[in-house]
Amino acid sequence: MMVSCEKAANICDKYQYKEATVWEKIQLKFHLLMCKTCTKHSKDNKKLTTLCNQARLAVLSEEEKKKMKENFSKLK
Amino acid sequence: METHNLHPDKWVDLYADYLFNYAVTRVNDSEIAKDLVQETFIAGLKSAKNFKGDAAERTWLISILKRKVIDHYRKKNSKKGKAEVRMTYSSQTDAEGDWLEERIADPNSNFEIDALENEELGLAIQACISKLPKKQAQVFVMKTIEGMETEDICNALEINASNLWVMIHRARTGLMGCLNQNWF
Repeated sequence: MMVSCEKAANICDKYQYKEATVWEKIQLKFHLLMCKTCTKHSKDNKKLTTLCNQARLAVLSEEEKKKMKENFSKLK
Repeated sequence: METHNLHPDKWVDLYADYLFNYAVTRVNDSEIAKDLVQETFIAGLKSAKNFKGDAAERTWLISILKRKVIDHYRKKNSKKGKAEVRMTYSSQTDAEGDWLEERIADPNSNFEIDALENEELGLAIQACISKLPKKQAQVFVMKTIEGMETEDICNALEINASNLWVMIHRARTGLMGCLNQNWF
């Protein structure tokens, strides 16, 4: 039942992308009851997810960047 | 004083997303934003000899992009008759005729402040992402911003799932540290 901090952090990451299984979530919750360090990390991790959603980040796709590089290198 | 050098070869990888975010929040159209970023890089390359080295590369590129955004709006408004204030009338039929008063911004609205803060946040995150090792940044962006499935990323980059999660973990920890002072 008690998982390592490393495993807990991994579940916590998966949790941010809604990819943790029910069993993993139980393991994580149980670990967090015992471990202050992971509780802090888990809180920050969640906050990072919130910030990323809030910022509504936009990125260029790899393809678009490749095209940009090509256009760009023609000029040099 | 610290002097900076330009490395145009790395511009696209390092700053394209940062500049794109800046542009897209201002012109509200990703195609136009993309063009503006491209133009910025080209203009930057052309005027590289004027770069005095007293600003960081990114700051310098943003200052070029700023001009490009202004030019974009100027061009858009330069067609005759377009440079005027346009106003859409309220479609509320029960309005009592005080149409101007009804259009005044709600002084209690937080919308503008939120929008500004979110833009600042977006740029801060983008800046932190560009400080990550390239591979970590790539995986993080694909997963978090493009919302790709784990399996698809693994196939695209030819890595296995546990590799992916290790990189996600390092990227996230790095970002938390980087954003720490201002946003946590």
